[in-house]
Amino acid sequence: MSRKRTSFRTELPLLVWLVLVWGALWRDFSPGNLAFGALIAVVVARIFYLPPVELSGRFNVWRAIPFAAVFLGKVVAASFQVMYLAVFRGPSVSNAVVAVPLRSHSDLMVTATGHVISLIPGSLVVEVDRSTSTLYIHGLNVRNDVDTAKLRKEVQDAEASLIRIMGTNAELEALQAEGRTATRGVGP
Amino acid sequence: MKDIVLIVTAVILSLAAAGAIYRIAVGPSLLDRVLAADVLLAILGAALAVDMAVNRHLNNLVLLVALTLIGFVGSVTVARFVADRRGQVNDS
Amino acid sequence: MTPNATGADAVIDAVTAVLLIVGALMSLGAAIGLLRFPDLMSRMHAATKPQVLGLFLVLAAIGLQMREWWVWPILVVAWIFQLLTVPVSAHMVGRAGYRTKHLHPELLSTDELEAVVLRAAVKRDAEKAEGSDSAIPRTANGGNAGANRGSVGGPDGSRGPSA
Repeated sequence: MSRKRTSFRTELPLLVWLVLVWGALWRDFSPGNLAFGALIAVVVARIFYLPPVELSGRFNVWRAIPFAAVFLGKVVAASFQVMYLAVFRGPSVSNAVVAVPLRSHSDLMVTATGHVISLIPGSLVVEVDRSTSTLYIHGLNVRNDVDTAKLRKEVQDAEASLIRIMGTNAELEALQAEGRTATRGVGP
Repeated sequence: MKDIVLIVTAVILSLAAAGAIYRIAVGPSLLDRVLAADVLLAILGAALAVDMAVNRHLNNLVLLVALTLIGFVGSVTVARFVADRRGQVNDS
Repeated sequence: MTPNATGADAVIDAVTAVLLIVGALMSLGAAIGLLRFPDLMSRMHAATKPQVLGLFLVLAAIGLQMREWWVWPILVVAWIFQLLTVPVSAHMVGRAGYRTKHLHPELLSTDELEAVVLRAAVKRDAEKAEGSDSAIPRTANGGNAGANRGSVGGPDGSRGPSA
């Protein structure tokens, strides 16, 4: 491999995850099994080389736990809302494709935001413009400009929380400089 | 208690599976069918999980994970295939 | 489930029953959405996402019933697998659906992607008129080649409408 070797530190989350999957699939979390799993994880990470995921190196647990709780709450609420729409609104539902410009230009942050937004029912990432880091989101039951603005704000809020949890320091400073999250202009 | 839960979930999941199969049969486009097949897989997964919860075993768990991954690989593959063909038709 | 449960067992069984039935209802909701929504994209909202919650509830029911700590990491891994795969497949299907005009434009209140796509198409036509040699292989693959490469690193690494 001519590519630069990834440091052990950037690989650590992947290795921990692989060991966890190993233990889970064997249903055995004894130290011996985990050690063997760690060995296999290292070998797998060496042989099947993937481009490393560049984490920012900071992870704020105290912001992550409330975020997870809010996220779960939103998933529950939105699931029931989609069910309600399916049963009572049905064919007459109206949608929209909304362009949401994101603050961060790192692939990881755009991916994470897209994932979180896709998992909350009622919004779906249709396209990603990587050069301008704009997400094009298909929203269910978006009837007018008010709903559009609401959806855009929701996405940008999700990104802001993700930056607070695991963004780089530069992104965090930019976010704080921005102050109150203001809805920014429409698309490119 | 056990029987009631089993019967209720079985009825609900059967209705859901019937709906998904109907969509697979009539679905106007290939993507609709893929989507419905994905839902059908998820319903099967739910049925396996209900069986595990009611009878207290974990034998199906690996099957459940495999089912998720098969649904993922299947729908992604078909989605790429559809995009390719239509893209060429549009451009020519 | 415990036959003739009493005390704590009865409570746990009742919670399990509620979790299982609500989880199954989520599947039914997905099927109703599949049948009633008018176009592919809105069907997709109903189809994929409530399943995530449904599986979460059913897995929680399993965890309650097994009553052993080592079950929980396994269930979390199973759920995380779904969390990771569902948005990716939904995005891929949605992207293919948008590109192949599965949307019904009359159902959209706004479409902010359309203008971008049109602009890209005009630009591409201009390029094609200039030199057809270089333009053809690019348009034949379009953004899909980018998506193929991007899928190694992450699902949203696609080139987007600019391609």
